[in-house]
Amino acid sequence: MPVKTFKPEAPPPASARPAIGLRDASPAKLQDLNRRHGWSLNAAELAAICRHFRSVGREPSRAEMETIAQTWSEHCKHKTFTGEIRYREGGRTLRFGNLLRETVMEATRRLKKPWCLSVFKDNAGVVAYDQRWALAFKVETHNHPCALEPYGGASTGVGGVIRDILGVGLGAKPVLGTDVFCLCPPDGADPVEGPAPRLMLERVVAGVRDYGNRMGIPTSGGAIWFDEAFRFNPLVFCGSVGLLPRWAVRKEVRPGDVIVAVGGRTGKDGLHGATFSSSGLHGDSPSSAVQIGHAIMEKRMLDVLLKARDAKLLRSVTDCGAGGFSSAIGELGAGCGARVKLDEAKLKVQGLEPWEIWLSESQERMILACPPKNLKALLDLFDAEDVEYSLLGEFTADRRLKVEFRGETVIDLPMSFLHEGLPKRTLEAQWNPPPKVSASRIKSGSGSCSDALYALLSHWNVCSRAWVIRQYDHEVQGGAVIKALQGTAHDGPGDACVHWPHAATGEVDGFSAVAIAHGLNPNYGRLDPYAMALCCADEALRNLVSVGADVSRASFLDNFCWGNPEDPRTLGSLVRAALGCRDAALGYQVPFISGKDSLYNEYRDARGNKHSIPGTLLISAVAPVDDFRKALTLDFKAPGNAIYLVGWTAEEMGGSLYSQWRGDPLAGAVPLPYPKRARACLRLLSAAIAKGLVSACHDLSEGGLGVAAAEMAFSGEIGALLELDEVCRPKGLHSNEAVLFSESPSRFLVEVACEKEKEFLKAMKGAILARVGSTLANPVLRIKGTDGSALLEEPLAKLKEAWIRTLPLAMLERRNGAHS
Amino acid sequence: MKLPKALILRCAGTNCERETANAFAMAGARPELAHINELKSGRVKLLEADIFVIPGGFSYGDDVAAGRLLANELKRFVVDLRQFIRSGRPVLGVCNGFQVLVKAGFLPNNRQELQSASFTFNDSNRFEARWTHLRINTHSNCLFTKGLPEMIELPVAHAEGKFVVKTPKVLEELKRSNSIVLRYVNETGEPAGYPYNPNGSVFNIAAISNPEGNCLGLMPHPERFITRYHHPNWTRQTFHKEGVGLEMLRNAVRHVS
Repeated sequence: MPVKTFKPEAPPPASARPAIGLRDASPAKLQDLNRRHGWSLNAAELAAICRHFRSVGREPSRAEMETIAQTWSEHCKHKTFTGEIRYREGGRTLRFGNLLRETVMEATRRLKKPWCLSVFKDNAGVVAYDQRWALAFKVETHNHPCALEPYGGASTGVGGVIRDILGVGLGAKPVLGTDVFCLCPPDGADPVEGPAPRLMLERVVAGVRDYGNRMGIPTSGGAIWFDEAFRFNPLVFCGSVGLLPRWAVRKEVRPGDVIVAVGGRTGKDGLHGATFSSSGLHGDSPSSAVQIGHAIMEKRMLDVLLKARDAKLLRSVTDCGAGGFSSAIGELGAGCGARVKLDEAKLKVQGLEPWEIWLSESQERMILACPPKNLKALLDLFDAEDVEYSLLGEFTADRRLKVEFRGETVIDLPMSFLHEGLPKRTLEAQWNPPPKVSASRIKSGSGSCSDALYALLSHWNVCSRAWVIRQYDHEVQGGAVIKALQGTAHDGPGDACVHWPHAATGEVDGFSAVAIAHGLNPNYGRLDPYAMALCCADEALRNLVSVGADVSRASFLDNFCWGNPEDPRTLGSLVRAALGCRDAALGYQVPFISGKDSLYNEYRDARGNKHSIPGTLLISAVAPVDDFRKALTLDFKAPGNAIYLVGWTAEEMGGSLYSQWRGDPLAGAVPLPYPKRARACLRLLSAAIAKGLVSACHDLSEGGLGVAAAEMAFSGEIGALLELDEVCRPKGLHSNEAVLFSESPSRFLVEVACEKEKEFLKAMKGAILARVGSTLANPVLRIKGTDGSALLEEPLAKLKEAWIRTLPLAMLERRNGAHS
Repeated sequence: MKLPKALILRCAGTNCERETANAFAMAGARPELAHINELKSGRVKLLEADIFVIPGGFSYGDDVAAGRLLANELKRFVVDLRQFIRSGRPVLGVCNGFQVLVKAGFLPNNRQELQSASFTFNDSNRFEARWTHLRINTHSNCLFTKGLPEMIELPVAHAEGKFVVKTPKVLEELKRSNSIVLRYVNETGEPAGYPYNPNGSVFNIAAISNPEGNCLGLMPHPERFITRYHHPNWTRQTFHKEGVGLEMLRNAVRHVS
């Protein structure tokens, strides 16, 4: 047998610029090209491209077409959110020229908060932290990649958001990670089609764990929402917070600046990520669009980039995310122009086509704009720590994007066409409220309150997340002062985390910290996305209040995950959520500082059925904690203290966990916050906590009063007596179930030491609150019904057992299954 | 007075260097971060430092095995480091740093720096981040734990933290020379299984030193407990004046001041 010697792949053909016959193609031919190349462009966009190339009198190159497809993708341009929308709801019609600008951004503009330093323009939102430091916050989704390859998708999601923070201003130091997942519950048999839920959970957690832990960035907070509807389209939100000096918030690019690519090499991995994320998924979606991360590469890059920032060597920084060099250089140079020599790029393998080098989404790469006089110092820094770089070209003043490869021009496009040539489209949106289901149906029925309490505590959306949290290094950087897990046994469910960023600022004598929290509940959205938006904002703020953050200086991030916006009903629900965000921001006086959307979260199964996710909004909030020594945890601290319920309890069972347990999740009225009234109450409580008047605080969310009381009691191993008749509620509301499990927003359960009760009541003057019970030395949860009779009495150990075992048990089954 | 210099080693993947530096500054030292390349080039000299620290992290991504590659790099400075240790100056390896000291053969101590112990994956087969109860061996010579209460708490965070020995004799020698400094125990101070022993280490070992007690390697992170607000239960407790981790570092600083 002849021995085959290995030969490197032949170089690409001499003509690096195979033109694509576009100008004279018929619409059918255009659509065919579009499908074959995976551009995800629509007919109007293809026509605009044809017009451009007809006017310049030549055919586009492959690289040019790929660049335009990437730049104009939903993922990069947010066409739905910035496009025209005609929205109909009942008898009224609203028109939006740019949904994002007219809702979420409009609220921020009107609020004019002085601490907003850079909003909706850089890679993350930036707010003031103190006199010297600014805080950058970003949360973004990585849904499509995780659906195909959960481990790679989740880890590169984390890597990507860290680079966003590193690429904000002149570079911020990431100080914590926060990750939210919406997944299918990991129970039952593995499905015939689609990813197995247990494996999905395990691999997503592993991806976040391995990247975050290796980067040395604490994964301090987050949330997991379980719902069958996320079986085919899991949602993975990766967030990061960073600190940067206030002088480094501004960035610019000047003609003549050198374009430096730094970090990882460019390979064939992750082609078409931007475009594939802009369409639905199906059984044959290309998993080659997902990359595998290399955290240590990114860590090296992080170390030197922060040194370069502090030495003031850089004029601008941005990360290579979706669209690779094309997106990063295209955006940095949008205002001036850029000339790039692709031959200079350091490659993982030889033989890449020029468009592949240009569009590759290989991880761990950043693009810098460096003034020529600083170049030597910058490269010396990189060399000192073995960080690879390539000098790709320079920014120019001709407002054109010119890319060369082997002496030939492969891209020559005016920046104006690339960034402003996208034809606007008008989409139709329609909102029809779902039929109202009377709540009276749940009033009578079988099952006692204690059965319900156990069921809710062990429910997927309440149960302990310790199995996940323990896998994340949440204490690296030495700043976790309020941890996700709290209480005597270090396992109670904290509302939010408080992080003391001394590892970034070096200020070990200061006591200022930052708190991060989230709000998410797609169940409310099934009834009314507007109410969902208000509830999410309310929940995020409640969580911040509960740990002692100053909510009057809070900021929001939005993340919209919806199905196909070309379906008017899907878009209608999205518009309603955006209106809810606007009203939440104005009502709570909390600005949105950044956000992201992920659309087309739908899956076409083998039989051609479409599965779409319920519209899901994640609102993340960040707020400063002026003195973390006053921060709070949720666990009851001592017996004999008073328990107050702050807020108004109404019969709001629509979308509640209790209704879900009863098998009719949509029955009843959806919780609807009144932001203005709630704001006053949140601020009063926030101030009372800052004065040290409260011993423990927990917000009431899924599972209502019953679940919150149980969690506080078993976390502190201190019993509690509650009297439901004391709860502030409408006259005539006597149902114990409703008082115990209603999910009315803007409510807190707080523990107040007896000697501070008087002062607490004085501080809370004007708020709706009532003393509903007291803590007990006896480790039981004892509840008296609205008629004063004993309703339930359960040992804390048993309640905790129900709450703690759900997740480990399910994951253990998976392991046993795998071994048998 | 000139503050003692704590040299903190960095390489690709080190990630606890900043908080370690901050902790040493609080303890009264002058921390200096040095990249391994700076040691190689001779720009930074090990023997000019008063304290040498290998902080936690994932050096070189823990490729091959945790700490293995950095341990090999450290062998270039074997003469200097040997001299540093023999001069009685404090050497501290935390987490990944402990793994490096063990894989480079500096711990358990022997004359030729031959590796006699190692680390493997946690029994739980997962990364474990949790606070542990630790019991100090009061017979140990370790300078870091002098004057500390016998029972302390520190957090661990690792996936490859199960300490194993090459032969039973190694363990016997560690016990005989009182080189075992910290053991994982339960609330009452008795050696116990998971989760008290978070990784399944042999003999519940959490930290060992050389018999002289100036070179300490430990899996728990002292730099993560430098104020009482680091403790997971500080909101319930009044008895912690400050972090026990800071006290350990102060002992080292005091030793060279």
